[in-house]
Amino acid sequence: MSTVKYDAHGNPYAMHYDSPEHEYQTGKQGVWLFLATEVLMFGGLFVAYAIFHHIYPEVFKIGAKFTDWRFGSANTIVLLSSSLTMALGIYYIQMKNNARAFWMLAITVICGFIFMAIKYVEYSHKLHLGLYPGAWYHGNLEEVAHHVGLSPEEIPANLALYFSFYFMMTGLHGIHVMLGMGLIIWTMIRLKRGDFSPDHYTAVEGVGLFWHLVDLVWIYLFPLLYLVS
Amino acid sequence: MAKNTPDTHAHDHGHGHGAGHNYLNHEKGLWSWLTSLDHKRIGIMYFITVMLFFLVGGLAALTIRTELFSANRLVDGQTTGAVVTASQYTRLMTYHGAIMVFLVIIPGIPAFLGNFFLPLQIGAKDVAFPRLNLLSWYCLLGGAGLAVASMFYGGADTGWTFYTPYSISLSKAVVLLVSGAFVGGFSSILTGLNFVATVHKLRAPGMTMNRIPLFVWALYSTAILQVLATPVLAITLLLIAMENVFQIGFFDPALGGDPVLFQHFFWFYSHPAVYIMILPAFGVISELIAAFSRKTIFGYTAIAYSSIAIAAVSFFVWGHHMFVSGQSEIAGVVFSAITMLVGVPTAIKVFNWVATLHKASINLASPMLYAMGFMFLFTIGGVTGIFLATTALDTHFHDTYFVVAHFHYVMVGGTLMAIMGGIYYWFPKMFGKMVNEVMAQASFFFIFVGFNVTFFPQFVLGAKGMPRRYYDYLPVFEPLNRMSTIGSYMIGTGFVIALIAVIHALLSKQEPVGDNPWGAKTLEWTTTSPPPHDNFEKTPIVTAGPYEYR
Ligand SMILES: [Cu+2]
Repeated sequence: MSTVKYDAHGNPYAMHYDSPEHEYQTGKQGVWLFLATEVLMFGGLFVAYAIFHHIYPEVFKIGAKFTDWRFGSANTIVLLSSSLTMALGIYYIQMKNNARAFWMLAITVICGFIFMAIKYVEYSHKLHLGLYPGAWYHGNLEEVAHHVGLSPEEIPANLALYFSFYFMMTGLHGIHVMLGMGLIIWTMIRLKRGDFSPDHYTAVEGVGLFWHLVDLVWIYLFPLLYLVS
Repeated sequence: MAKNTPDTHAHDHGHGHGAGHNYLNHEKGLWSWLTSLDHKRIGIMYFITVMLFFLVGGLAALTIRTELFSANRLVDGQTTGAVVTASQYTRLMTYHGAIMVFLVIIPGIPAFLGNFFLPLQIGAKDVAFPRLNLLSWYCLLGGAGLAVASMFYGGADTGWTFYTPYSISLSKAVVLLVSGAFVGGFSSILTGLNFVATVHKLRAPGMTMNRIPLFVWALYSTAILQVLATPVLAITLLLIAMENVFQIGFFDPALGGDPVLFQHFFWFYSHPAVYIMILPAFGVISELIAAFSRKTIFGYTAIAYSSIAIAAVSFFVWGHHMFVSGQSEIAGVVFSAITMLVGVPTAIKVFNWVATLHKASINLASPMLYAMGFMFLFTIGGVTGIFLATTALDTHFHDTYFVVAHFHYVMVGGTLMAIMGGIYYWFPKMFGKMVNEVMAQASFFFIFVGFNVTFFPQFVLGAKGMPRRYYDYLPVFEPLNRMSTIGSYMIGTGFVIALIAVIHALLSKQEPVGDNPWGAKTLEWTTTSPPPHDNFEKTPIVTAGPYEYR
C-alpha cells in the first residue's frame, strides 16, 4: 500500500490513512513504541548493573576512579546542548525557516562528533593501561594501583567487571549516538530536498525523540559510571 | 485522535475493482512479491517461509524420535539402535527447538494469519507501517540465514535456551545462532509495533474497541508483549554473544559472574514469549468457535480482557523456571503462586468457549475439529502446567520428559492446532478456493491421534524419571518411547496430508466460493474472496459487534 494521496493543501499522505494528520499521529505513536523497546533494552543492562553493584560495590567504586569526571561532564554538556539544537531544528521547521533549521540540525550532528571524539580519547586512555573488559583485562597491578593512588592490595581481583560494564554500556550507547547522527543527516538531506513543511515533518520529530532518548540514557550512564566513586 | 471520517477521495490509481481483480493478480512476478507492501502478500510470504521452517524443524523432530525408538545397546562391541551420533543428536535437538520457537511458532499466527486478517477484521486498508512490515519479513529471513550459517561452524548444541556457562565456553556457532535469534527478534518487535499502532489508529468508523473481533484482541495483547519483552531478549542475546567473544564476565562464574542471572534474563523474555506463542491461538479459536457454533460468543468482554490479564501477569512468573537453580525459597513460593494465577484468565477463556458451544448449532467442519482438538489438548497442557508450577512437584518433574510433554501439549496441541484450524478456516478468503474437506479431516485425525500417542507417554516417562534432552535412555523406558515414536510418524503423516490438501486446493479449478462460505460475521467476510488490493471497495462503517449470530 504505497500509493500517495494529497489533501486540500497539497500535503502528501499514504493512502491507507484518512489525512496527513492521521498519518502523523500514527507515525508518532510508532516512534514512541520504538522508544519503549529501547528503554527496555537498556533497562536490561541497568538491571545487571544494579545486581553486580550490589554484589561487588568496591569494584564499581574503584573502577569509577579510572574515569575522568571532567570528560564525562563535558560530554553531558555536549549532549544536552545537542538536544536543545535538535528541538530548535524542529521549531524552525515549524516557523518555516528551513535555513536555520538546517544549521541547528548540523550543529546537533557536530555535537555528536564531539561526543564521540571525547569518548575516543577516554577509550584509548583505558586501553593503553590494559583496562580491557572481562578476561581481556591485562592491566599491570602496580601501574594500575599507582594510577589511582591506591596500594596494589586495594585493587579488587575482579576489577575487570567494571570495565565490562563500562565498555558494554557506553559502547551500546555510542552505537546509538552514531545511529542518531546518521538519522539526523538523513533528515538534513530531506530538508534540503524540501520534504518538510510546518505541517509535515514527522520524520524530524521522530528522529528528534530518538535523539532525546539517547541523551537521556547518557544522563543515567554518567553518574553510574563516573560518579560512583 | 484518529479522524474516522469515511474515505471521500477517489482512487487515484487507474484500474477498477471488477470481478477477478484481487491482491494476488494486482501485480505480477516474483519481484512484485518480494517488494510488496501489501499486508496480505506479506502475510502469504510469511506463510510460505514459516511452512518451510516447519518442514525443517519437523524433520529434525522425526530424526530425534527415530533415534529414540530404541535404547542403544552394546552387542559384541557394536552399538545397536543408534541412528545418529550423540553430538548430532544434541545439535538436532537444539535446531529443532530454536527453529520451532523463533521461526515457526512465534511468527506463525501473528505474522502470517494476523498480518493478513488484522487489517481486514478492523476494516483498515493496511497495517500502520507497511514498510516496517516488509522489513520484518526480511529480518526473519536474516535471522534464519544466520542460523543456517551457524550450522557450517559445527552447529550449536546448547539447546534453544543457550544456558550459560556452557553456551559461552563454546564454538562460534553459538554466537551465530544467537545473532540469528537477535535479528529474528526484530521481526517480532516490528510486527508487534505495527499491530499496536494499527489497532489504535486504523479502525474503521464505528469499530470501537468493544467491537473488534477477539482475534484482534488476542493479537493486540500479543503485540504488547512483543514490544515490551523482546528487547530484553535482544540485550540478553547480545550479552551472550559478547560473553562468548570478549569474555565480559557477566555470566561466567570463573570471572565472578552469575550463570543464574542469565536464566533470569532469558526467562524474563521467554516466559512472556510463551504467551506470544499461545495468545494468538486463543484468538483464532475464539473466531472458530463463534463461526462454527453459529452463535454469539459467550462472554466477549471476559475473553477479550483475559488476554490482557494473561499478558500482564506473564511478566511476573519467570522464576518458575528456576525452582531448582538455587533461587531463594521465598522467591520460589511467590513465583509459584503467581504462575498458578495465570490459570485463572486461561480457564475463563476455556469456560466461555464451552459455554458458547452450549445449545449451539455446531458445524463440525475441519476448522471446528481443530478448535475442538485445541480445547482438549490445551486443557491437558494447561493443567499439567499447574503441576509444574507447584514447587514440590517441580523438584521431581524438572528437566524430565514431563516438561517436554507439557509444553508440546501447549505449543503443538495449542498453537499448531490453532494455525491449522485457522488455515482451513481462512483459506477460502485468502485464495478464493476451498480445501477438500475429506483431506482436511483426515489430516486432523492423524495429527490429533498421533499427537496424543506421541506425547501422552512422555508424561509417564517423565514421571518415571526419564530426563529430557538425553541421547539415550535405560532399556526399561523403551516400550513407551517406541509408542511415542510411532505417534510422531502419525503426526508427520497428518501434516503431509495437510500439505497435499493445500497444494491440491491451490491447483484445483473450482467454482468461486463466494465472499462468505462459512456464514461468519466478522468484517473480512464482507469483502470479496480473494480480497482486492485495498481490501474493501468502500471503507466499511461498523454498526454492530463482531458475532451477531443470534
Ligand atoms: Cu515459563
